[in-house]
Amino acid sequence: MISRRTFIKTVGAAAGMAGLATLMPREAGLAQGTGHGMDMGRPAGALDASGTVGEVDLFRFDPTAFMTQFDTGAVSQAADGRTLREYQITALDQEIEIAPGVYFPAWTYNGQVPGPTFRCKEGDLLRFHFTNSTSHEHTIHFHGIHPPSMDGVSPIIEPGGEFTYEFEARPFGLHLYHCHVMPLKKHIHRGLYGAFIIDPPGGRAPAHELVMVMNGFDTNFDNENEVYAVNTVAFHYSRHPVQVRAGELVRVYLANLTEFDLINSFHLHAAMFRLYRTGTNLEHFELTDNVIMGQGERHILEFTLDYPGQYMFHAHQSEFAELGWMGMFEAVA
Amino acid sequence: MTLEKSAIEKPVRMPSWLLSLLPLLLLGLLAWVFSVANPLALFTVNVPPVEQLAVERVLLTPEGFELRLLNSGPMPVSIAQVTVDDAYWQFTQEPAGPLPRLGRASLTIPFHWVVNDLYHIRLVTSTGLTFDAEVPVATQTPVPGGREFLAYGLLGIYIGIIPIGIGLLWFPAMKRMERRWLNAVLALTIGLLVFLLIDTLLEVIEIGAKVPGVFQGIPLALFAALLSWLAIISLSSLRKKGSTQTKAPRGFPLALLIAAGIGLHNLGEGLSVGAALSLGEAALGTFLVVGFILHNVTEGIGIAAPLIPGSGDADADEIKGPGLGSFLVLLLVSGGPAILGAWIGGFAYSPVLSTLFLGVGLGAIWQVIVEVVGLLRRSATAEKTGWINALNLGGFAAGLAIMYLTAFLVKF
Repeated sequence: MISRRTFIKTVGAAAGMAGLATLMPREAGLAQGTGHGMDMGRPAGALDASGTVGEVDLFRFDPTAFMTQFDTGAVSQAADGRTLREYQITALDQEIEIAPGVYFPAWTYNGQVPGPTFRCKEGDLLRFHFTNSTSHEHTIHFHGIHPPSMDGVSPIIEPGGEFTYEFEARPFGLHLYHCHVMPLKKHIHRGLYGAFIIDPPGGRAPAHELVMVMNGFDTNFDNENEVYAVNTVAFHYSRHPVQVRAGELVRVYLANLTEFDLINSFHLHAAMFRLYRTGTNLEHFELTDNVIMGQGERHILEFTLDYPGQYMFHAHQSEFAELGWMGMFEAVA
Repeated sequence: MTLEKSAIEKPVRMPSWLLSLLPLLLLGLLAWVFSVANPLALFTVNVPPVEQLAVERVLLTPEGFELRLLNSGPMPVSIAQVTVDDAYWQFTQEPAGPLPRLGRASLTIPFHWVVNDLYHIRLVTSTGLTFDAEVPVATQTPVPGGREFLAYGLLGIYIGIIPIGIGLLWFPAMKRMERRWLNAVLALTIGLLVFLLIDTLLEVIEIGAKVPGVFQGIPLALFAALLSWLAIISLSSLRKKGSTQTKAPRGFPLALLIAAGIGLHNLGEGLSVGAALSLGEAALGTFLVVGFILHNVTEGIGIAAPLIPGSGDADADEIKGPGLGSFLVLLLVSGGPAILGAWIGGFAYSPVLSTLFLGVGLGAIWQVIVEVVGLLRRSATAEKTGWINALNLGGFAAGLAIMYLTAFLVKF
């Protein structure tokens, strides 16, 4: 980031010599001649010096790749003819980097926070083979309709233990899964959660699909979050804008797994989205550009970005936005 | 027989320097064993990080904030991110990289701060621990330049030189007093010194608590007090040796001693006022300065008291009337340190330094009280009265009361 700042300053100075304003419009803006000045998250000297310093090592976990990764399980045919999907989940203690140079001792599913996004179709038979390889007790509690014995409240899986959760996928929509061992707040905020998508039988219209899990991290264990993000890394999508095509249908699977703060929100700039609450109805609920969500709430958002350029998105709780929950879509023609 | 004995003893005798080195060698060996083999490993498994980071100063420049940091904990600290009022913000660190134990670094945060606003700055380390600093009232930190030097120097003159000078002007009036009233003035001096003693002690406890743990603020202050107390005793015994008399200091030497003790206290006052102004509490400035003037006027009376012919056990003819020069010296010794304090407080404030200075003042004031009490006792004996009589008690109470009430103007 330092080198980038120096670079921008140099470019700015060059622009000044050329008789332009010292603040350079972004290249995309220049190319399209739109010249909008939404440049947050990319510091250009002291005037806009917000954001984190440095880069996160994306080798272990890349939030950009995570957005479009869906675990559909190992597919086979059940005896009764239904589609059987089998998933492997292992709980692991894993240190993760949540902001450049800030390391968090996370409890994870499959070594990542959020855990993998599980995906299936309504009516499928699901088997989640869970192994607890940590030093604490954990479970997996799925949201949705299933027998209470498969709800992940009991039995509690001891360190080294295994359990298979088996149930039919219903109803369609966007759901969650997370650990349900007490103290619950701790087991969730340390990283044991993820998104769980059940597609409607007829599927949804083709779209550019993205998963966004809103989360926060209490790094000094004072029951307040020091870092907020979508998909764990503060300001990741400011530094690496989400690439979409102008005019294409974008579908965001948005879940709120923030702890400590009662609500979180998603606000999109320069566009409006159709809101499908919990994704359980194929008719959209409203057209808006801002949705407030309580803990555990999740929605499906559909929209198109009509003009090329950068579209900011962030929590409309400004505090969360400035503590990391801020990003950009970049629509290219 | 004696020859034989010495012949046996000689070869086994080691030179004494070698003998004194032996424990050091063993100590070095032990340190090496600990660093290599780590016999305490059992205790440190799974120990959470114990990072300590002290923000020693926050400077405000036209470009933003500048933080002076000290790693006062047992392990290296890496500063990963910085927030200003709950927003992540850019910064540069000099020198870069983790701070080693007792290592220092300075952070520069480009920020457009607003005058008189309050700011919370938070440092997030690589382990996610956080350390906070506060800017109570944003105002630009003075940089040592000619104008600022003069301004802070004047501040010291206002709170040190001027009030004490005014107090000393009571000397002619005091000279005409009867001895029993003079004794009451000495008692008043004791009262104000006792107030200063308590005030300094509380200040030491307050500032000492802000000193990073590694420097042990309060013990540091108490040891400084002990040493300054002993140093003053040894100084006065030096004087006695020179002369043939064995009397306790009185007259000008005693006045000088009182002036020195009060001077050390005023150094502390200069420090706190200078620091308060540079930390942006300038809004209180005028009130504070007027308060200190009233508060410190009494100190002049205390310094002048032993100079009065006939005060204490002095034979009236033995002490000559003090000249103007003597008064100037007393004024400089008692009020001058306030100027020095204002400079240090304004340009190079450090809690460690303040604690040390205040500790020195504490010890000095203690010994000054002892000396003035001695003077009063001898004077009372000469008067053939008890030294704790109604009049003296009234003087003592008045001294305490004046200081207590005028302190209303400078304490919040």
